[in-house]
Amino acid sequence: MTALSEMGGMMKQSTKLLAVGLGSAALVAALPAWAQGAAAASPIPAPTVDKGDTAWMLVSSLLVLMMSVPGLALFYGGLVRTKNMLSVLTQVLMITCMVAVIWVTYGYSIAFTGGNQFFGGLSKAFLMGVDANSQAATFSNGVYIPEYVYICFQMTFACITPALFVGSVAERVKFSPLMLFVALWVTFVYFPIAHMVWYWEGPDSMAKAAITGGAALDAATNDGGYLFVKGALDFAGGTVVHINAGITGLVMCILLGKRIGFPKEPMPPHSLTMTMIGASLLWVGWFGFNAGSNLESNGVTAVAFINTFVATAAAGLSWLLTEQIVRGKPSLLGAASGVVAGLVAVTPASGFAGPMGSVVLGLIVSPICFFFVSVVKSKFKYDDSLDVFGVHCIGGITGALATGILDAPFLGGQGIADYTTKPGTLSAGTYDMAHQLWVQLQGVVITLLWSGIGCLILYFIIDKLWGFRVSEEVEHEGLDIAEHGERAYHY
Amino acid sequence: MKLVIAIIKPFKLDEVREALSGVGVAGMTVTEVKGFGRQKGQTEIYRGAEYSTNMVPKIKIEVACASDMAGAVVEAIQASANTGAIGDGKIFVLDVGQAVRIRTGETDDSAL
Repeated sequence: MTALSEMGGMMKQSTKLLAVGLGSAALVAALPAWAQGAAAASPIPAPTVDKGDTAWMLVSSLLVLMMSVPGLALFYGGLVRTKNMLSVLTQVLMITCMVAVIWVTYGYSIAFTGGNQFFGGLSKAFLMGVDANSQAATFSNGVYIPEYVYICFQMTFACITPALFVGSVAERVKFSPLMLFVALWVTFVYFPIAHMVWYWEGPDSMAKAAITGGAALDAATNDGGYLFVKGALDFAGGTVVHINAGITGLVMCILLGKRIGFPKEPMPPHSLTMTMIGASLLWVGWFGFNAGSNLESNGVTAVAFINTFVATAAAGLSWLLTEQIVRGKPSLLGAASGVVAGLVAVTPASGFAGPMGSVVLGLIVSPICFFFVSVVKSKFKYDDSLDVFGVHCIGGITGALATGILDAPFLGGQGIADYTTKPGTLSAGTYDMAHQLWVQLQGVVITLLWSGIGCLILYFIIDKLWGFRVSEEVEHEGLDIAEHGERAYHY
Repeated sequence: MKLVIAIIKPFKLDEVREALSGVGVAGMTVTEVKGFGRQKGQTEIYRGAEYSTNMVPKIKIEVACASDMAGAVVEAIQASANTGAIGDGKIFVLDVGQAVRIRTGETDDSAL
């Protein structure tokens, strides 16, 4: 059987804004003409699966997996002290393994099937009803990819997001409670937010509803995640991945407390060489993350690709320039941090902005993140060990808001996609910057609240039952020996 | 017998080794060490977190020699490890009570 078009995916915003822009009366008036046309021959192309799209999406899934292991693992691993190297590598690798299993068990179903606007259903739990012939919608009418490919691609996103926030609690968190926390966190925080931001039925279902018109169109317009229906733009996960992981990181590190000796005792990175390798793998992998989020291999994929390239380069440059001006020395860690900040910021904007807009975004994001990791952190004295909040949350917010501006066609952006005016064909919708920015802000705030409060509740439950923090003795000795019974290096 | 201990700048090791070979020293022990003297450490900055590291990496050389050679050994090290800048290091000379070559059991001067 074919389970068509369970599509989440990155937003080309569809009918809601259009209805707001044009007024639904005009829309309804135009409908009978379409209905007659539809009776003769459907304007919606027949569903097809393209081998090129499929191949690209398989490669993209692998690229995103490579971002987690070994990319993120090495990036974070290099930043901790020798005695805690393996603890970070183990956490990232095990989170990836565990979340992959949870994803196929019930995660995909909660995130990407219909239910209400906040939680999907369990109709595809254990991937029920999905087989090699099942198809998932993309952003073009009539273009599909095998559903297994879509499941794998989205799985890699679910795997990397919780692995991001282990950076904030590194060097002092107990392994097993952390794993339990991650299992609950993806269930109650990640899957619902992914559903809210990315779930919709796909362009063909919009087109069909538009042809039928009236109540069907209203129903189709509202059949999506809460933020998707609002029209929030998040191409590859600025809210779902980065703001989400970033705010959880901040809450976690405040609740868990500072490392012993922070900030007086030196805690320098044990290998910036590893960090450089990790950051470089992240950059390469991020092409799968952003360009892959178009779900097809076409011109918009190229837009996301070039944006991911140039925003990152600009952000690396501007972090280093900031450091040169403020500190007098350009550091490798600064360059690597700038690269990651640029990748984070361009994530929500990648398929919407133009290349020049992305360069500007990259130039702006680094000084903002630099300010948070070097000034705000020491002022408020929270021990976000590897700057998950300062880079991912702040960079994510910058990118999410900038997306509302850079999407503007007159700034070289892609504008708003409209699937209903000419059903079966993608046309340009009405772009309204003030409205778009307002919607983007709502997306940011709702993500911050949902994730922050969700993580607070989960933390308290697990901390009461189990305890989140290692003993003082273990912390001094290092988590590698005490928690895992091994050492990273035998010289 | 004397034990000459020298703390030198790491990049001077090869020159010192050659100079010592030149005066007939046949063996030495070299260790990587850290410490400070008049030369203060450097400041490291990681994403705005500043650490002043007051320990400077150095090389420690230990040479055991016959008492009459000690003067030449000290001179060779002093000449070869010298750059004229703060942090060139120090040389200490100690008396040695006994020496034994483990393989043969030879003692004192013949064990060196």
